This record gives sequence, C-alpha cells and structure tokens, in this order.
Amino acid sequence: MAVDVKIPTVLRAQTDGQASIAADGATVGEIFDGLVARYPGIKANLIGDDGGLHKFVNVYVNDDDIRFLDKLDTKVSSGDTISILPAVAGG
Amino acid sequence: MSLGGLALRLTESQHRVILGNCYDGLPNEACGLLLGPMLAGAPTGAVSEARPCVNADASARTYTVAPKDLLRAMRDAEGRGDEIVGVWHSHTHTDAYPSPTDVRQAVDPSWIYVIVSLKHDAPMLRAYQIVDGEIAELAVQLARDT
Repeated sequence: MAVDVKIPTVLRAQTDGQASIAADGATVGEIFDGLVARYPGIKANLIGDDGGLHKFVNVYVNDDDIRFLDKLDTKVSSGDTISILPAVAGG
Repeated sequence: MSLGGLALRLTESQHRVILGNCYDGLPNEACGLLLGPMLAGAPTGAVSEARPCVNADASARTYTVAPKDLLRAMRDAEGRGDEIVGVWHSHTHTDAYPSPTDVRQAVDPSWIYVIVSLKHDAPMLRAYQIVDGEIAELAVQLARDT
C-alpha cells in the first residue's frame, strides 16, 4: 500500500532533498521503519528514546494527529498522506 | 555561516498583518508563519504570505504554532510551489531578540525568525537566522504593496 510521506524542510538534509516520499506499510510505524531503512539519519528526529514518537514531532495521517489515534500503530491505507511536522515553538 | 546578504523583504500589508497579529494576541504571545519561495533549500527573503496562527500554548511566555495551522500552511505552500520560510512571534515585555528558549528550540536553520517586541509604545520588528545556536540578524526591507 503506497502512502505519500511529506518531509518538512528541516529533515530534507536526511532524505537527499526529497520533499515527498512514496512508502509502503500498514501502519505509521511500519512506514517509519521503511523510511529509517532508506534514510537512517532521519531516525533521531522521528523516534524518541522510548521507541515512541519523538516529542518534538507531530505526525498527521491526512487531517488527523496520530497522538489522538493509535500513535505509531495508526493504520494507513493506500492513497493516504502522512505529514511530518516539526514542533515550531519558542519563548 | 555566511548569510550572503540575505534580507527579509515584507510588503507593507504583510508587515501590518504581523504587527496586528501580535497586538491581537495580547496579553499572550502571538505567532504566525511566513510562506515564500526557497532556492536550493534556502529562503530568498521574499514572502508570499504572512499567515497568523494560533498559539497553542496560549501563554505570555511561550508559543507553539498550532500543529493544524502548520499542516494547512505546509499544504497551501506546497500547492503553489512555495515553502514555509520562517516564523514570527511576539515578545510582550522583552526586546526583539531571540531568547535562550528561542535559540534552543529553533527548528530549522534555513528559516527566518521574526521577533516583534511590544515592550515599548512603538512595536519593534527584527529578523534573524539561528544556526547551531548562533544568532545572526537580517536586514528587514519594507516594500509598497503592488
């Protein structure tokens, strides 16, 4: 099942400049495993020390934040779009 | 890092949108995103849209651009061949200079970070790039609306 993964500008140094990557998998976690296999440098930005989603990243499947779904176990379907969003914050 | 003379170029109406958003956010910090072109992964300084966003922190001390606003801005930018090229936020009682929190949390070294101070009667808008903890100020040029 091919889904489209949108990569923010800050992570494109790790994805050979790719802004959009087609990936296969049944869950967000499987998609991320595939991404990390292709682009190992991206792992530290996606996955926290506890193996869950990194706290400074928000991930949406289409219009839904996966933290309010099943997190990395959130299921995806062919044609879905996964958007990786950095936390934009300060003080 | 050389910034190659990069200057932030805002139209008068974009400038008004940013300042208005900062006043509207009081007593909390306000924030928004700058959309515009990138060349070879770097902003050109041009801005196609200054888009106010919700401060998800609803705080006078910190800001977080609401993720849903960021998602919409990324989609809209992509749809017209632009990128998100920067972010602005207000400092309600301090100078228009990046705080230690701003430097620590600066998410993207290519972005332009605009800070608006509301400390004095007249607002002060300044722009920076923040790369590996180093702060470099950029010139801000205002252009008439076309």
